[in-house]
Amino acid sequence: MSRGFEPPLPLVIGGLSGLVLLLMAASAAVGYAPFDVGAAASDLLAGRETLPALILADLRLPRALLGAMTGFTLGLAGAALQGLLRNPLAEPGVIGISGAAALGAVTVFYSGLAGAFTLALPLGGITGAFLATLLLYALVGRGAGTTTLILAGVAISAFSGALTALALNLSPNPYAVVEITFWLLGSLTDRSTEHVLLALPLMAAGWLLLLSGARALDGLSLGDDTAASLGFDLKRLRLMLIGGTALSVGAAVAVTGAIGFIGLVVPHVLRPLVGHRPGRLLFVSGLGGAALLLAADLGVRLIGIRPELKLGVVTALIGAPFLFSLIYRLRREGA
Amino acid sequence: MRIEAQGIAVTMGGEAILQEVSLTCRPGEVLGLIGPNGAGKTTLLRSLAGLVAPDRGTVAYDGMSLGQIGRPRLARRLAYLAQEADAYWPIRGDRLVMLGRLPHRRPLAGESAADRAAVAAALAATETTALAGRRFDTLSGGERTRLLLARALAVEAEMLLADEPVAALDPYHQLHTMELLQAAALRGAGVVVVLHDLTLAARYCDRLVLLHEGRVLADGPAAAVLNDENLARAYHIEARHLSVDGLPVTLPWSRIGADYS
Repeated sequence: MSRGFEPPLPLVIGGLSGLVLLLMAASAAVGYAPFDVGAAASDLLAGRETLPALILADLRLPRALLGAMTGFTLGLAGAALQGLLRNPLAEPGVIGISGAAALGAVTVFYSGLAGAFTLALPLGGITGAFLATLLLYALVGRGAGTTTLILAGVAISAFSGALTALALNLSPNPYAVVEITFWLLGSLTDRSTEHVLLALPLMAAGWLLLLSGARALDGLSLGDDTAASLGFDLKRLRLMLIGGTALSVGAAVAVTGAIGFIGLVVPHVLRPLVGHRPGRLLFVSGLGGAALLLAADLGVRLIGIRPELKLGVVTALIGAPFLFSLIYRLRREGA
Repeated sequence: MRIEAQGIAVTMGGEAILQEVSLTCRPGEVLGLIGPNGAGKTTLLRSLAGLVAPDRGTVAYDGMSLGQIGRPRLARRLAYLAQEADAYWPIRGDRLVMLGRLPHRRPLAGESAADRAAVAAALAATETTALAGRRFDTLSGGERTRLLLARALAVEAEMLLADEPVAALDPYHQLHTMELLQAAALRGAGVVVVLHDLTLAARYCDRLVLLHEGRVLADGPAAAVLNDENLARAYHIEARHLSVDGLPVTLPWSRIGADYS
């Protein structure tokens, strides 16, 4: 008989959704200054422009929202790419989108445009992700399959990484180097409503593209030929999922910097809960990603280490050992 | 459904895999595709299933091209069982068979009673009902093959294309699989099956197509196709022709030119 506990899907989705809402509320309540969320919320709803209401609307809520949105993006894109590439090591970074988005943002830093207007940085990131997508589309248009896609992702990541290093290398200003490096580590600190409004439409469009691949991903678990014989157009699926990843992950990296391991680890943890079905895993993994990212962001504020730990550092610190233990266990099961 | 291939040619990596192959697959008929390794059997089957676009020639489904009939509609009418098929995730047996119902299901719609009935029937027919609750990665090679056959049967298609479905099976299940294919044809479906076992091919197929170096060497009833000349040319073997229960049996016996001294 099948091993592992498999609760009904509504229970999984309901439970994770509840957890995400709870963590968002906690994220709004927790900060370095003492803060009464209840009073702030009632002021905000009543339209009173008090200081607590402004802190909640302009600082705490954007941070909580961005945490949930970014986490959902990373969990969802990770699950979609693991299903598409049928490789449990796939994550949003594997096709090069994250690296290219980071390079785009770094270019904006380096050129000094970052100070020109608030959204210069995220727009640069989105441009980077867009350029990488064009390259991947050209490849898929020429009939590239799974392995070509992974290799192209490695090449794009390596090239973006090299150009990012070049920018650091040639930077005349040591402060700019520190700023770029810190930004690359990923963080939700000091993000504003403008960031949310810029990222949300792009992310939402990306989520729709990724979620609409669910049935085809189920079919793909039997291989390319069988999936095609079940009526799915694989080229269209690849274009849809690359496009969805570019929109959502590109926007996420552009706004928060590179946050690793969530897209890799969350699908692994939640896969047994949905009976290893790649289609059902998508939404569930998105919720799991949102919960994990919010929890990590709460963690960096609660442990009180100053300067505040960067989110990308924390997710890697927790994620890497966890991934190792996961692999170790899978190895024993002979998978 | 009738599948008509007209003069198809497929080239892969500069190698001509198929040349000028013409072939008709009819409803109610078990068509056996035979031929030595590398003769182009799998490529021909994939071309018939619309998975390879031929460089020349046409494949028509009831007179319509793949573009005209459309992949989603073809998927409801044609089931394809790949060679050495595998599942990439450890999905439970009954859910794997349910994947065969994907062409019939609308996005976001749940499983219908017809879906569940088709899955139950496919599990029962392949005697895999006991494997329904098992995870795919805990099954043996032969059990996986049978479950994947159940997946293809669950499509309930008018045309079933199977690539070496008996290769991993013990004799009991080889016979059972061939009986299932024959039963599908008796119900009116068309069956195309790639086989290496000439005895099974001669016994269960209504018609055989012998491929040799990417071309059709012979097309007709088993007795006409499996003659000494064709076997020598395609397989480089000599066979013994026996009769069991009044049926002809072709038994590969010796390699031509081999030194057995």
